Amino acid sequence: MIWRYIAKHSLKILFLGVLCAVSVYVFVFLIAKGLYIPSVMSLIGAGFITYIFLSEKRYPIRWLIPGLLFLAVMVVYPIGYTLVSSFTNVGTGHMLSKDQAIDHLLDRSYTPDNAIAYTYTAFADTSGDLALILEGADQMILYVDGRATDIAWSDPRLVDEDSDGTTDRFGDYSRLTILQTVQRLSVIEDYRIEYKGTTIGLENLNEFRTRAPLYVYDEEAETMKDLQTGIVYTAREGIFTAPDGEEIYPGYKAGIGLRNFVKLVTNPQISGPFAKVFLWTFIYATLTVLLNFALGLFTAILLNDPFMRFRTIYRVLAMIPYALPAFITILVWRGMLNVHFGVINHMLVALFGSGAHIPWLQNAMWAKVSVLLVNLWLGYPYMMLISLGALQSIPASLYEAARVDGATWWQRFWKITLPLLLMPLAPLLIGAFAFNFNNFTLIYLLTEGGPAIAGASTPAGATDILISYTYNLAFAGEHGNQLGLAAAVSVMIFLIVATISAINFRMTGTLEELSKNV
Amino acid sequence: MYSRHTLLGSVWRHGIVLLLCVFSVFPALWIASASFNATNNMQLQQLIPPNPSLAHYRELFTSDRYQYATWLLNSLKISLLTSVFTVIMAGLGAYAFSRFRFKGRRVGLLGLLLIQMFPQMLAIVAIFLLILSLGDIFPWAGLNTHTGLLLVYLGGAMGFNTWLMKGYFDTIPRSLEESAKVDGATPFQAFYLIILPLARPILATIFVLSFITAYSELFIATILLRSNSQFTLAVGMNLLISNRYDNRWGMFAAGALIAAIPFLIVFIIAQRSLVSGLTRGSVKE
Repeated sequence: MIWRYIAKHSLKILFLGVLCAVSVYVFVFLIAKGLYIPSVMSLIGAGFITYIFLSEKRYPIRWLIPGLLFLAVMVVYPIGYTLVSSFTNVGTGHMLSKDQAIDHLLDRSYTPDNAIAYTYTAFADTSGDLALILEGADQMILYVDGRATDIAWSDPRLVDEDSDGTTDRFGDYSRLTILQTVQRLSVIEDYRIEYKGTTIGLENLNEFRTRAPLYVYDEEAETMKDLQTGIVYTAREGIFTAPDGEEIYPGYKAGIGLRNFVKLVTNPQISGPFAKVFLWTFIYATLTVLLNFALGLFTAILLNDPFMRFRTIYRVLAMIPYALPAFITILVWRGMLNVHFGVINHMLVALFGSGAHIPWLQNAMWAKVSVLLVNLWLGYPYMMLISLGALQSIPASLYEAARVDGATWWQRFWKITLPLLLMPLAPLLIGAFAFNFNNFTLIYLLTEGGPAIAGASTPAGATDILISYTYNLAFAGEHGNQLGLAAAVSVMIFLIVATISAINFRMTGTLEELSKNV
Repeated sequence: MYSRHTLLGSVWRHGIVLLLCVFSVFPALWIASASFNATNNMQLQQLIPPNPSLAHYRELFTSDRYQYATWLLNSLKISLLTSVFTVIMAGLGAYAFSRFRFKGRRVGLLGLLLIQMFPQMLAIVAIFLLILSLGDIFPWAGLNTHTGLLLVYLGGAMGFNTWLMKGYFDTIPRSLEESAKVDGATPFQAFYLIILPLARPILATIFVLSFITAYSELFIATILLRSNSQFTLAVGMNLLISNRYDNRWGMFAAGALIAAIPFLIVFIIAQRSLVSGLTRGSVKE
């Protein structure tokens, strides 16, 4: 019976077996790295999938597994992680866990006053491996293959080939000249030789000395005491800090509550530029949707006119910006707007004289104009397209009735066209707003967020929007990667986008309609 | 709304529309012209090249500094794989949601809807760290690998596409599969042999949308890909020009024109379904 089952489902069992094996491998790996939550998640995930594929009752879920897996790992987990990170100080100097950081610090050592000094001789074999002979006042140490042992000059492996009183070889290793030794100094200075309970390290070019641990950790009080200076460093917000404010790196990841959010609002060096970026994001997204829609609708009204000749050709030509990849056309625009070489300034100067030499991407105000102009070019064809569709759905009889009542063109536009158009298009306009709110490609390729805002301690520019600002914080700053702060900005963007979506759902009743249909 | 034009009305209408068309077309013409102009400097460019040459195209594919051909292949590979896997996974999920009744179905559907509201790019810090540690376990799926990038793209597209496809599956009558099941077909056979052929339009739409999205994606690719030979076109073209409009313009233009071709082909093929798909609420990226 069981054998027949196995034969019939051999492929499935093989697949589940491999899956479980991989998940155990991942589990062990993650445990070793101290990542407990992801490691447990990998086991739970594999267990869940195995259960789904063995249970007949859960058959429908099998169809969902591939999609669910990607959604869980690449969307849901990152969302949760971002949320958690926004309450921590994770970033450059704070990448390790607390235990890892403590281990790191406890490995550090210093040379105490009563240290024993050793002169040394270095040897290397043909593959470049090193052997050291340390000579102190009382003892002589051989250090090879990471182990230290006692040795004496009488050892037969030490050979003085030319009998000049210095040893030339140690077994297969031959003695290095001073120059060769200096060339290997970067390797030698990392050696920590453990010898009879002492640690010996390179002190200067000529000698090794015994070293003592620099720090001692008091688990109870969470303090690091510097044995050389006697200063006591207290764990504070992810870093050991002395009473005078001096900090010892590396720090570690630690929860800092709402401090990232508070910093964005109250720290003058951060909040000033952040407020500018925040405001500009809204102004830009609103203006760009209004401008694009206005031009798109205007074009659509002209091209929907049955008396307009060549309108099909005009439509195709106007559509061109929409049919080209934005990452190409934005870079072309950046070239055309170039202050020295750009064709736009050439034309302006030819038409209006040299006064029309405009610093499109260098001046804060003009850079903002450029962003709106380029996005108008990119986005108005889409607005024209959706407006054309919506215009055709407005019944002609309404216009006939209005004409009979003596309404002017302008009245017909405001009283009939616009209201009837906005109904079906409102969700699309809100969608366009949300898309442009996070239009990283446009800002990054056109202006790189620049020109920079002077005096900002976080990297921010006049045309930076929230998403490009997040990118700067996390990945591009000269101030290191402020991942926690970036996560906090992400969470704020998410709240804004979620609010917009909620308004969208409410206006269109999508959610009610959908929950009826599911 | 409309009436026959007077002569003056005709003139201003055509005047304005022509102006708009010039606005739309000029950058495209300008880049096409640059790619054939012998000069590499934007300043010296003329709209109609005095002595047209293909030198920039040759340079593009022979340059050892920029690996344009590799970028093009990378982009095509990643976009194609993203589209294929997205269609497969969304299709499987949508079929379950459309045809089976099971515990958690309603919660699952609404959950998908809520998750897809969250733009994946906002979780970039976590995605970066996730791919970084994934690379420690499986080096072929870490930072600077196409597999890693593909995995991220596949996750990001699931919610929206499953919904889109489920909506279409709902319109296909169940009676077709039921008769197949009477004949002894398994659910998978019914899905594969009956539903998929009938759902071809929506499969094409999702394929094209995924292709275009992946092809033009810049943000995640910029962060995950590190070395020249791994770049996609979106990342590579930015590096190629690096604001050097005075001496790499012609080469960039040639690359831009070629990069636009796959996008344009897919766009033209799919224009009809894309337009109807758009008016249903998706936004081009």
